[in-house]
Amino acid sequence: MKIDWTRNETLVALVILAFCLLAALSDPSFLSIATLTDLLRGGIVLGIFAVAAMLVLISGGIDVSFTAIAAFTMYVTAMTLNALMPWMPWWAALGFGMAVGAGLGAINGLLIAGFGLPTLIVTLGTLSIFRGFMLTFIGQKQITTLPPSMREFGRMMLIRGENADGSFYNLHGAFVVTVLVVVLTWFLLQRTMLGRQIYAIGGSVESARRIGINVRGVQFFIYVYVGVLAGLAGVIHASMARVANPFDLVGLELSVIAAVVLGGARLAGGHGTLTGTILGVALIVLVRNSLIVLGIPATWQSVTIGLLILLGTGLPAWQAKRAAARAA
Amino acid sequence: MSEPLVTLSGVTKTYAGITALSEVGFSIAAGEAVCLAGENGSGKSTLNKILAGVERPDRGTIAFSGQVQGPLSPRASTEAGIKVIFQDFSLFPNLTVAENIAFSAELGEGVRLVRRAKMRDLARATLDRIGVDIPLDAAGETLSVAHKQLVAIARALATEARLIIMDEPTTALTEREVRGLLTIIRRLKADGVAVLFVSHKLAEVLEVCEQVVVLRNGQKVAEGPAQDFDAASLTRHMTGRDVAAEPPAPLRADAPVLLQVQGLSKAGAFDQVDFTLRAGEVLGISGLLGSGRTALAKALFGLVAPETGTITLDGRQVTRGDPVAAAAAGIGYVPEDRLTEGLFLTQSIVQNIAIGRLDSHARAGGVLNLTGLLAEARDWLARLKVKAPNPDAPVRSLSGGNQQRVVLARWMARSPRVLVLNGPSVGVDVGSKAEIHGIIAELAAHGLGVIVISDDLPELLSTCHRILVMKGGRMVEDIAGGSLNETELAHRLAS
Repeated sequence: MKIDWTRNETLVALVILAFCLLAALSDPSFLSIATLTDLLRGGIVLGIFAVAAMLVLISGGIDVSFTAIAAFTMYVTAMTLNALMPWMPWWAALGFGMAVGAGLGAINGLLIAGFGLPTLIVTLGTLSIFRGFMLTFIGQKQITTLPPSMREFGRMMLIRGENADGSFYNLHGAFVVTVLVVVLTWFLLQRTMLGRQIYAIGGSVESARRIGINVRGVQFFIYVYVGVLAGLAGVIHASMARVANPFDLVGLELSVIAAVVLGGARLAGGHGTLTGTILGVALIVLVRNSLIVLGIPATWQSVTIGLLILLGTGLPAWQAKRAAARAA
Repeated sequence: MSEPLVTLSGVTKTYAGITALSEVGFSIAAGEAVCLAGENGSGKSTLNKILAGVERPDRGTIAFSGQVQGPLSPRASTEAGIKVIFQDFSLFPNLTVAENIAFSAELGEGVRLVRRAKMRDLARATLDRIGVDIPLDAAGETLSVAHKQLVAIARALATEARLIIMDEPTTALTEREVRGLLTIIRRLKADGVAVLFVSHKLAEVLEVCEQVVVLRNGQKVAEGPAQDFDAASLTRHMTGRDVAAEPPAPLRADAPVLLQVQGLSKAGAFDQVDFTLRAGEVLGISGLLGSGRTALAKALFGLVAPETGTITLDGRQVTRGDPVAAAAAGIGYVPEDRLTEGLFLTQSIVQNIAIGRLDSHARAGGVLNLTGLLAEARDWLARLKVKAPNPDAPVRSLSGGNQQRVVLARWMARSPRVLVLNGPSVGVDVGSKAEIHGIIAELAAHGLGVIVISDDLPELLSTCHRILVMKGGRMVEDIAGGSLNETELAHRLAS
């Protein structure tokens, strides 16, 4: 297979390898199942967020409100199920969260597709509104006793095991959900005409209109889909943390978008792959979890992530520019 | 005899009291090519939009195969087989050639899942139908302009096109590419597909057309078989006046040498280029695509760095490969694609002119003398006759010819000694073109040296004192202006 050096994916994969190598050299116990499950666990919620953010970037928009949708959904779901429907099974709790998320996503969709407002402005607005509305009218206290459905889901483990030193490791069942989200979104983007229309709109909105793509309809779908994924991620986050903290999640949105851009999606729209997005998320999770292993203070995390973004997106852009200059 | 494919009669359209089209009627038969000629603002784009179903006429009827249609919508128009190829081709830069071609066809069939193999087959079949070979997996953004146009044509054919409307089809193409396009148009006609060319630059497509319709100020002013028209009569009908193509006024015999270029070389672009330019002289540089003419033009202004050779202006050597030094020495450059390279489209007209003069209007400490700056810009607007309702309007709102004037005005405000014009009238209508040529003559008369890079032969013949022909990066001929006619020049270029 030919390796394409101008792709972000190649670069990100190399950086990940180098990082693992460095970590393994400084601490041989880095290469263990425990580390792997830790990393996978760290990527569950971030991964779902990243898929959602990527979809919007491909369509030529940007969404910063998904973390607020997730926090809102997580809190409202925990509260409603506790008060009204404690008998619900775990999968219905996930479904409930997806429905709440869809409703919030539809508000974004209505403002963007219906009124044709700029995506960044709309989602900056709704980010603030969803969060403020929840904290003002619904509540600010942590919900420490989750409904039975979410507690049950929180206990589901895919793999359980004991390390050599007697500590335990496990991989949460929610990992399966993230994998399903990735597979479903891959199918949507690569195998359905709807997905190709999302790419087409990201390539050129005007051309999409001219060949008869229902641009508004597709945009509305995108924001509802993002809402569904954000709602799902919110409920999973609370179930895994075993607490619904309304101050959680918001603030993550830029790191998520950074991971997606690192994976090769372009802010200008039309480009983005799931492989790249997964690699981007993997790198960010790796940096977060393993800088400590390398003995680097946690405050350096954001500096490192920032440098990686500059390097990871700047280098391919610089190479493309040089290639263009040579061709001219 | 069967009914014509499309018949328009008495089509009238007004916008806010201004008549864009008045009682226009003509018909197009299957397998026929029709030229719809007219300057910008003549109503041809309105007619185009009406046929595409984007705009509705106030009065008049449109019939497909003799059937009078109700109000058209873009969908109804597409279903009737009318496909518009817009000037920008409306391709998706991020999708492959195969997807670009097959997208609307698949969309039309209402399929939900991607049928990759079917899309590729369809794309391959339509490309074969027009006899071109473009890699199916290439991304739209990597294609040349000519290939983009071919992909756009293929996309129209992929959805059972019966009439293809081409908006300004030849504007961005070189002579050779235009010839390739004409071959494809002939194939389409043989297939029974009708073609409507909508343009102000139609002389080159005249040979494949059966009919010509000329619009001026919303009215049909001429109609007839194509063999009754030639470039001159088309221009006369379009502008309502004669735009004479006269050779330029002779150069004064004692005009001093202004610019001297010696041994200029850049590997892969041009090789050992020597020439001189005298004050008041208009020098044409021509050559086919790939001859190095554009790279040379850019090198004169420092945008391309030559490896060896000298550029001397007024006896002083100009630093190679440094646009700032070139501008300071008095060389001005007006790029070919003024939209992307030359103008700040969303900024006001005055701002666009003033930007080149910021340095001269700086007071102590770098504070700008805004009043003086803007006054000077307005003065140049008036001198170059830019038709602008409001000098504070964005440049984007101007017509192509007027945009070109704004770029010229910016350079004139810096009082350059030598002006390099790369394709000065690409994309402007006939009337503006004649006026731009007038401006070039006027500039030269004031003692400026002007270099015109172009492959528009009539333009070269009517503006230049001398024409240099480039081939494979070398200057191969030095032709005195007025010593050749168009056919001879074309022959020298191609040989």
